[in-house]
Parts: sequence; structure tokens; C-alpha cells
Amino acid sequence: MNPVNYLYLAALLFTIGAAGVLIRRNAIVVFMCVELMLNACNLAFVTFSRMHGNLDGQIIAFFTMVVAAAEVVVGLAIIVSVFRSRHSASVDDASLMKL
Amino acid sequence: MENLIALLVAAPLLGAAVLLCGGRRLDRAGHWVGTLLAAASFVIGVVLFLDMLGKGAEDRALHQKLFSWIPVEGFQADVAFQLDQLSMTFVLLITGVGTLIHIYSIGYMAHDERRRRFFGYLNLFLAAMLILVIADNYLLLYVGWEGVGLASYLLIGFWQHKPSAATAAKKAFLVNRVGDMGLSIAIMLMFTTFGTFAFGPVLGATGQTSEGKLTAIGLMLLLAACGKSAQVPLQSWLGDAMEGPTPVSALIHAATMVTAGVYLIVRSGAIFNAAPDAQLAVVVVGAVTLLFGAIVGCAKDDIKKALAGSTMSQIGYMILAAGLGPIGYVFAIMHLVTHGFFKAGLFLGAGSVMHGMNDEVDMRKFGGLRTYMPVTFITFGLGYLAIIGFPGLSGFFSKDKIIEAAFAKGGAEGWILGSVALLGAAITAFYMTRVMLLTFFGEKRWQPDAQGNEPHPHESPKSMTIPMIILAFGSVFAGGLFSIGDRFLNWLEPVTGHSHGHAPVSAATVTAATMVVLVIGVAIAWAMYGRKPVPVVAPRGSLLTRAARRDLLQDDFNHVVLVRGGEHLTRSLVYVDHTLVDGVVNGTAASMGGLSGRLRKLQNGYARSYAVSMFGGTAVVIAATLLMRAV
Amino acid sequence: MTGLAAAASQTSTGEAFQFWVLGTVAVIGALSTVLMKKAVHSALSLAGTMIVLAVFYLANGAYFLGVVQIVVYTGAIMMLFLFVVMLVGVTAADSLKETLKGQRWLAAGCGIGFGVLLIAGIGNASLNSFNGLGTANAEHGGNIEGLASLIFTKYVFAFEITGALLITATVGAMVLTHRERTERAKTQREMSEERVRGKQLPPLPAPGVYARHNAVDIPGLLPDGTPSELTVMQTLRNRGQIRDVSNESLDQLKALEQRSEERLGRDNEDEEVAK
Repeated sequence: MNPVNYLYLAALLFTIGAAGVLIRRNAIVVFMCVELMLNACNLAFVTFSRMHGNLDGQIIAFFTMVVAAAEVVVGLAIIVSVFRSRHSASVDDASLMKL
Repeated sequence: MENLIALLVAAPLLGAAVLLCGGRRLDRAGHWVGTLLAAASFVIGVVLFLDMLGKGAEDRALHQKLFSWIPVEGFQADVAFQLDQLSMTFVLLITGVGTLIHIYSIGYMAHDERRRRFFGYLNLFLAAMLILVIADNYLLLYVGWEGVGLASYLLIGFWQHKPSAATAAKKAFLVNRVGDMGLSIAIMLMFTTFGTFAFGPVLGATGQTSEGKLTAIGLMLLLAACGKSAQVPLQSWLGDAMEGPTPVSALIHAATMVTAGVYLIVRSGAIFNAAPDAQLAVVVVGAVTLLFGAIVGCAKDDIKKALAGSTMSQIGYMILAAGLGPIGYVFAIMHLVTHGFFKAGLFLGAGSVMHGMNDEVDMRKFGGLRTYMPVTFITFGLGYLAIIGFPGLSGFFSKDKIIEAAFAKGGAEGWILGSVALLGAAITAFYMTRVMLLTFFGEKRWQPDAQGNEPHPHESPKSMTIPMIILAFGSVFAGGLFSIGDRFLNWLEPVTGHSHGHAPVSAATVTAATMVVLVIGVAIAWAMYGRKPVPVVAPRGSLLTRAARRDLLQDDFNHVVLVRGGEHLTRSLVYVDHTLVDGVVNGTAASMGGLSGRLRKLQNGYARSYAVSMFGGTAVVIAATLLMRAV
Repeated sequence: MTGLAAAASQTSTGEAFQFWVLGTVAVIGALSTVLMKKAVHSALSLAGTMIVLAVFYLANGAYFLGVVQIVVYTGAIMMLFLFVVMLVGVTAADSLKETLKGQRWLAAGCGIGFGVLLIAGIGNASLNSFNGLGTANAEHGGNIEGLASLIFTKYVFAFEITGALLITATVGAMVLTHRERTERAKTQREMSEERVRGKQLPPLPAPGVYARHNAVDIPGLLPDGTPSELTVMQTLRNRGQIRDVSNESLDQLKALEQRSEERLGRDNEDEEVAK
């Protein structure tokens, strides 16, 4: 097997995650899909690291994880406070941006 | 001497300003102020004339630059005056006749409470007319041209409480506007062609200019002349202009303003000489108007309108002469001057008759007035003899010369024009005899006026009869004074030039023919109006008579062609504007609105929709990247 | 050299087997994350996918990341998700029915297009030389040592900034979820005084009257049979979430119980099935 298949898998997971962001309305699930996309990227980074034979790719993946953790913390806090004020976790309910 | 030229204009202009701005305080003295200033202008004119006579023919022209009016690089307009023999002739005519008519108006307008304003307008007219004739460039001439138009409008509509007078004033103003537009276009053309509009450079440069341009300028000048001088096709206003007070008809619509067109053409002679097509148009207009006015004059029962038709016809003579080129310029001006005398006299006589007849104008209700107003009868009669060209009187000399000049044009053209001029002379004799017979001869046909007042014809006061007498002198002697020894010809020739042409028939033959047609015309008139009693109510008459009573359907023609045509044009333009122009504009707006309304739906506030756009955009960017790599 | 490159560009059969099996699991997990109706199920599927990814990290020679993936992602982040799911609850809005017109089609179209382009791009890129991490790991004496030396030398600034980011995120989460008290907390003394002076001296009556319906949203019945709202919690009362227990419904309940009594008496098995 050619290790490039990992990249194909990463692309597939990324696309599934992106479609999930577009399709799901529950903010928590949308967030999960975002995490899925980040993980797909991490997989690609790790694969590239192996491909090029240096560790920088893994470092980037590591930082991505850290940033993802921070992002999840803030994001979930936002979801909770939105839910508190609107009694809903649907992203469609937060539609005040229209004209 | 030059400094006096400005005073010529300044005197009546001052009068107009004082009388129009002075208010009621001047009501009692206003007419004297106006008359004195007009007379002052005349005196200055005479002084200048005497001075001019003392010089040689070549240095007679005076020039005075007053100030730079519009000093722009490449566009220099000065207020500058030029007084040469041609202008001098007009100055004397205008101020002389003008002063007489001022004096006449003192009596005629004695009972009008707005007499001061009337004199103000008259002075304004004098000033504008003087500017017109002594301007040294076309732009300043245009100022005077518009000024006399304004004064004419104000004076025709002087009795504005009469709807007919107000309408007539508007009509005169509107028709004149067409002509004025011609003049302004001509001036613009001159500026683009010659780069200036001063008489000297423009008229001196005609040799180096293409004939096409000169023809265009000439035709535009002719249009201007048609408007101001009531020539076909812009003749329709003159008849209605008789709604104004009679002195106005005499001064403006007989002696001076309506001759401005002739002045314009003679002044621009160099242009017309170099543009034979324009010249042909001028003679055609003159010939047509000559007959047109004469025919109209035959049918009118209103004494002033009959005289107006006559004026039109006589100016037709002048335009015809002016169109003949150097053969005719001098005679055009000569006829203009003599006509100024006898036609002003005739109008003043008509005014005097109306004055005595409770302002009745219908000649069929006059009759037998010769014993009641002898002075009027004699002066009017002398004017009548002058206009029909009775041998020895003014009209005889000047009209005869024009007919000769028409024949001298040569070729078929000369024969046609000469015949038309002869025919015109016959008709003139007819209608003027008719006026004379209806007014002063036959039995009394007086009718009480609308208030039931029986007319008590009486001679007019001295202030009215004296000007009439003076004008009668002019009518009798001016022609002889001018013609014998070719004085007028020698006087004007340095300005207008002259050529004798080649007459196919001798001058004596022409004179004889003129006499013959004169006698025929008078005889027919005598047969129709002198031998048998004249009905008070006009008979139905032939088709031509009825048409002529309606001014040969000029108003109907204008109505059908211009008014209706204009309405249709406007309506179709409005339709085009509403459907096409507005359609495009509104359609664009509506489609933009609709498009925006649809695009607006994209902005639905749902984050997921925005995310789809972002995602799609990313896909497109990737596709583009791959595509560029593939390429 | 070519032989070495060719060898590096191929994995062992074991890894290939592992990839195909676990890759399938990962894709299924990802799909069920998107398609599961309940957020909890989605979270569990995602956790599964992440574990699979951790295995793939290990297989790719990123031992440290593999462990971190399990500890941080599956252990911490996914648990955080589950906590939030618990806090927020399952709402009625969380159905899979699409409300935006055309959104699903657009999403599917864009997704397929994007995926195809991405995969085509990867396929186009001629990635055949895999160097392996042997030399890179060996340089510092192992994967973890190698990462550490990079993080604390080359990427030390990024690392410090990440620390700041984490602190900010923590403070941000606290700020966002914190609720300020608008009034002073009551002391015990004040609360007791309030109760004595209030209308209801004894404890509030308990909700529910029947053993089968002592739910919090069913008011207890007073001796005359009328429901007493006092027995229901104040929050529910304010929301109007009190279940209707008027006399008719009580009668219906009675009849229902009678019927089930009869059925119980006749056939125990049937009753089980009916439930």
C-alpha cells in the first residue's frame, strides 16, 4: 500500500466534516464536525511529516491540537451562553445577521 | 462729432428710463419729456447730417467705440457705433418721423391715463431702433433688434385690457422670435466663419469665403428680415399688430421697425452679392409678399388692416429691390424713406379719422368724411397719391425706380419680377383708391357705436394735424428731392454700391407702363366703389375675397401646419419619451430593483448559508488552481 | 537508491491491512457523526474516529501525537462535548429535517465537488517518495526527544504564544459562562424569617397523588379533588408546564387503570407485549 492513501482518507474525512458543518443545525454537532475537519488536517500533516522525513509536520499537528482545544473551550462556552439566553442550540435560530 | 453719436441713443434712452421709472409724478409732464428728448435726438441727427454733408464722400463715415462689451480672448464684442450715409438716412427718418409721431401722440393719447408710459415705450423704441441702425457690429445690432421687438410687443399690447391686443402682442412676439432666431444663428455662423461680427471685417471678407457658408448666412439673415419686416412666411403678425394705438402702427409698423429687415439686407449686401442663391430667395420672398400684402389689402374693411396689407406689400417692394443686389439697394432705401413719410402720414390720417369717428375702424361705416375733416382729407389724399405713384410725388419716383430695377435684373427673371412689380403697382392703385373712396367719398354710412353714441366727425387738434401736414410735405417732395439729379444715389452709393444693370426696356417705357396700370387700378376701384353706393355690411364676395379677408388663410395655414403639426410632434415625442426613454430608465431601475430583491434573499442571516457560499468559493479556488496547473 | 525509495513508498502488509480496516471504521465514524440524530451519538462516533486517527498517527511514526490524540482529544475534548450536551440537553430543533431551502443540495454539491477536486489534486501531485521518519527520529534519539528539541528551539515562540492562547481561552470561557449576581445572597436567618412571615409555614405539599404519576409536573390534589398548584415547582409553574389533571382526565386514568387491572388479571404475558 502506498502511504498516500492516508492523504486520501484525510481528504475524505475533511469533506465529510465540511458537509456536516453545512447540514447540521445543532451547534454542538457543527462543532464536532469542525473538530473532525481539524483532525483530518492533522492526519494529513502527520502523513506529510512521514513523507518528507522531518518532524515539522508533527509539530504543526501538535499546535493544531492545542489551538483546537482552546477553540473548543471558547466555542462551547459560547454555545452554553447562547443556549442560556435563547433556549436553543440551533445555529439557524441565531439569524440576526439578515437585512 | 463722434461723441454726438452716443447722445443720439442716449437721449431717448434717458427718456425711457425717466418715464418708465419716474412714476405718477411725471404723469402731467411725461409726454413733453418724451417728445423733447425725441426732438433732441432729431436735432443731434440733423447736426451730424450737416456735418456729414460738409465732408467728402469717402470720409463721411463716423465711428465711435463706447466701451468693450464682452472682451474675451477670441471673442471681442464692443459697444461701438458707426454712422455712415446709410445709418444717417435711417437716423433722420427714425428721429424725424419719430418726433412727429411723438407730437401727434400728445393729442391722440390725450385721454389715455397711461400716456406717460406710452411715451416711455416710444422713447424706448427710438433708442433701440437707433442702436439697431448705428451699431457697428451684428451683435449690437441684435441688441437693437431685440429692443425694437420688445418695444413693439409692449406697444401692440398697450391696451392690454383688450384680449385681442394682448393676443396680438403675443403673436407678434412669437412670430418675431422665429426671425430673431434666424438672426442669432446668422451671427453665430458669422462668428464661426469670420471670427468676428463687426461689419467691416465680415463684409470685407466675403470674397475669401465659400459660397455655401455665405448662402447659409444670407438665408438666416433673410429669415430674420422676414420676421421683423412681416414678409412671407412670417407675415402673419403685422395685421394683428394694428391692435396697438395708431401712432404705434404709424411709427413702428409702417415707417421704421418693419423696415429693419430691409436695412439688414442692404447692410449685409456684400454677403448677398456673393451668394446668388440667397439673393434669389430674397427676391422671391419680396415678390410673393408684394402680391400677398396687396391682395390682403384689397379685401380688408378695417382701415388700419388695409393699410397694414399695404405696408406689407410696400416692404415687399423694398425687399425685392434689396434682393436685386447693387441694382436695387439704393432704390430699396429710397422707397423705404418715402414710404416712411407717406405711410406714416396715411396711418396718422387713419388715426385722425378714427379719432373723429369714435374709434371706428370699419371703412364701410365711414363715407363722405372729406368735408368734415378737410386737413385729414388733404394730407391723407396726398399720401394716397404718393403711394399709388402719382407722377411727381414721392412714390412715383421710388417705386418707378424699383420696377425699372426689377426689369434691369435681366433675363426671364427680370421680366417676371418686373411684371410682378407692375401688377403690384396696379393692385396698390386699386386698394388705395378703395380706401380713399370708402373713407372720404360717397354718402355717409355712419353707425352708432356699441354705446349708441352717434359719431360726430370733427377735425383733430393741432398737435395731430401738424405732424400730418409735415409728413404730407415729405410725401409730396421727398421723392423728387431724392431723385432729381440722382442725389440719393450719389449719397448712398459709397456705402451700398450701385450698378445700372441692363434694362431690356427703356425707363420711359417702364414709367408709361406704370402709369397705365395705375390708371387701370384706379379705374377699377372707381367702378366698384365710386360709382355705386357701398353696402355697410360687406357682401359675401368671391372665394379670393373671402380668403383675402382671412389674410389669405395665413393663420389657418399656421394653425394647421405649425400648431397642429407641433401638437402632433409633441404628442409623439411625449409618447416616445414615456415609452422608450422612460421605459429604458424605469426598466433599468425596475430590473435593478428586482435583481437586488433577489440578491437580497442571499443575505438570509443563516450562518449555514454563508458557510455554503464560502465552501463553494473554496471549491472554485481549488478548481482554478488545479486548472492553472494543468494548463 | 531507487530501491530504497520504492521500499519507502510502500508500507508493510500489516499496515495496509490495518489501514483498510481502521480507515473504513474512521469513515463510518465520520459519517455517523454527521448523520446521527442525537448529539450524544454523534459525539461517540467522533470519539471512535479520533481513536482510529490516533492509531494512524502511531502507524505514521508520530508516537507522541498518537498518545496526545487519545489523551487530549478523546479524553478531554470529547468529554467536554459530552458535558455540554448534557447541559444543553436534546432539543426538539435537533432533527435532521432541513429547513433552509436548497441547503442540503448545495451542501452535497459543494461537498462532492470539493472532495473530488481535493482527491484529484492529491492524485495529481505524484507523491511517491516517502522518506520515513527514521533519520529524523534518530537525530535526537527518538520521536519525543525530536519533537521536544524542535518545540523548545525552533518553535519556542509559537509554543509560548500557544500558552498565552490557552490562558486566554480559559479566561474567555469563564467570562462567557459566568453569571453576575444581581442581588445579595440571602442569609439563612433572612430565609427563615421570610418563611415564617410568608403564607405557607409547613413545607410545600408534594406533587402527584398516584404512585404512577408522581412526576414533578403533576400537581397534587387537595382533599376536595381540585389540583393545587403549590405542589408544583415554581419554575415549572412559571413556564406553564403543569400537566392537566382535571377531573375528566382523572376519570380516564381510573378507567385505564381498571382496564389494565382486568388485563393483568387475565394474561400477564399480553400486558408485557402491550407495553
